[in-house]
Amino acid sequence: MNARSLFEKVWQDHQVVAETADAPAVLYIDLHLTHEVTTPEAFNVLKSRGLAVRRPDLTLATLDHSTPTVPVRSLKDLERVAESSAAAQIRVMIENCREAGIRLLDFDSDQRGIVHVIGPELGITQPGKTIVCGDSHTSTHGAFGALAFGIGTTEVGHVLATQCLLQRKPKTLAINVSGRLVPGVTAKDIILAIIGRIGVGGGTGHVIEYRGEAIAALSMDARMTVCNMSIEAGARAGMIAPDDVTFQYLQGRPMAPAGAAWDQAVKRWRGLPSDADCHFDREVSLDVSRLAPMITFGTNPGMVIPIDAAVPADSGDSSFRKSLEYMGVEAGKPMLGRPVDVVFIGSCTNSRLSDLRDAANLLRGRKVAPSVRALVVPGSQATKKQAEAEGLDKIFTAAGAEWRESGCSMCLGMNGDTVGRGQLCVSTSNRNFEGRQGIGARTVLASPLTAAATAVAGRISDPRELLAR
Amino acid sequence: MDKITRFSSRTVVLPQSDIDTDQIVPARFLTTTTRKGLGKALFADWRYDKTGQPRADFALNRPEAAGCSILVAGNNFGCGSSREHAPWALLDFGIRAVISTGIADIFRNNSLKNGLVPVIVDAATHGWLLANPGAEVTVDVESRTLGLPGDRRVEFPLDGFSRYCLLNGVDQLGYLLKQADAISRFEKERAWQP
Ligand code: SF4
Repeated sequence: MNARSLFEKVWQDHQVVAETADAPAVLYIDLHLTHEVTTPEAFNVLKSRGLAVRRPDLTLATLDHSTPTVPVRSLKDLERVAESSAAAQIRVMIENCREAGIRLLDFDSDQRGIVHVIGPELGITQPGKTIVCGDSHTSTHGAFGALAFGIGTTEVGHVLATQCLLQRKPKTLAINVSGRLVPGVTAKDIILAIIGRIGVGGGTGHVIEYRGEAIAALSMDARMTVCNMSIEAGARAGMIAPDDVTFQYLQGRPMAPAGAAWDQAVKRWRGLPSDADCHFDREVSLDVSRLAPMITFGTNPGMVIPIDAAVPADSGDSSFRKSLEYMGVEAGKPMLGRPVDVVFIGSCTNSRLSDLRDAANLLRGRKVAPSVRALVVPGSQATKKQAEAEGLDKIFTAAGAEWRESGCSMCLGMNGDTVGRGQLCVSTSNRNFEGRQGIGARTVLASPLTAAATAVAGRISDPRELLAR
Repeated sequence: MDKITRFSSRTVVLPQSDIDTDQIVPARFLTTTTRKGLGKALFADWRYDKTGQPRADFALNRPEAAGCSILVAGNNFGCGSSREHAPWALLDFGIRAVISTGIADIFRNNSLKNGLVPVIVDAATHGWLLANPGAEVTVDVESRTLGLPGDRRVEFPLDGFSRYCLLNGVDQLGYLLKQADAISRFEKERAWQP
């Protein structure tokens, strides 16, 4: 057989009907994750056509996007704290799941959390699976060697009704990452550097495979951070070959296979990594041994610079100018040292235990600057509990940061947590689009280390300085 | 879905590149449970000022934009989130085609499923369209061409299946449901179970 890439193997393993010149492939979906925002209209369509959910057992639901991050244990609590439309949306989600027999991690579940945090945490995200969700950051799950991608609401309906999608086969892009990171530089900086290199449209039409020693050296949490932002380069999905790090992470998780089924699964998973001489449609290489912490200066994640560099010179491009104007940033000037109003540590990019530990390390025994509002939002209730068991919550609150219930929070302004007009926020999330964190909000994307160092200084700061002390 | 063969309109132009779905429909409008009525949320933060009044200088608010159903936008239109609310809002507003040099994958998929035609053109054609807002153009799904003033025509990529679905108003869920036997067979015969 021809040498095949990881992507090819997973793709071929799920073709119910192969693609032809005239028709796309019918691709089988092993896991369908859902949340309250992109699902209601899909259920409406099913209902209006008298269709049932084909495989409720392969569907898992959570509440995260429009769900507040203040304590809510019931719908009644919710109605008190949330906007009526958000509460209504959540109520519809709960009803739909109950009717269809879909397992929902509801308010009272200690497993609830951001959809891309809970899948891995529960061990239901597994190598070789096809995973979809009505959310573009589904690419996160690719860190396990799954083919995972975001879909729209119409396609959510397709999967609910048929467990399949009509798909054209994407192209493949190998990103070879070599070198060893210096202290203070993390997976977030790697992926920001990659997006800076290939551009926000650079991955369009492609599935990325992240490869090389620098990727193999990352923890699962860090690999998820990398794959999470694949969509920010326009890619359909991002994948990393499963290895012992992957298996170790999964073993013993509530929904991972156990006993003999575990051994069988691992045997199958070991066959997934790309064959040595397989073909990729494109390849890009990046050496990260000299990489600095990265921060964005504009209004898309490709507008990114090393933290100690200056904002690029004015190219004369009107989109570039508009973006700098929105951010209140000047071409040719540094970002370092700019006062900030808000620091947000959270989102499906950086809200896992290792992210919280990174931030806590810098905040331990220190104070958030008085001018800064700092919000720390764990990715899931389980992460929250673990963090509390380690005493991380105490470190955050002692420093003057807010410690919240899990959810998407300030990543997108639709659950009550927002950044004010004109305020500058250093955020560990994935999108610095205009208004993403609130109307007129200005977002600088960075790692949890950079965010924590910034919170302490009250201005954009290089975490390497604080680490060196 | 309605059948779409060909339509003509003057263009309205938003020249910025990388217009993301958070601009097309800001997240605060996503707490809806239906696809209807999103036109008022379209480009909300660009269309209205702080007091909720339409900004006179925004392209879609200008008198000459009234009735235009074809949007010309900068490269990489529709990047960002998977929200189908983006094409829903454009359609509800009256936009039926988006022309650019690049359109993001998920947005493109979502558009095709709702009868919003994504038209990708070369840089020269794009440059001309950006420089000539209000030009009368024709999107022809049948011949996969964009007709420009002076009888010029440029082809745009549209795979056979998508073209067939647009021309015949085919609903893809119906097509998938017809594969039920193949799906059941796959579920039974596959080497491992999820
Ligand atoms: S944390 Fe942000 S990016 Fe992630 S799923 Fe929630 S809204 Fe989307």
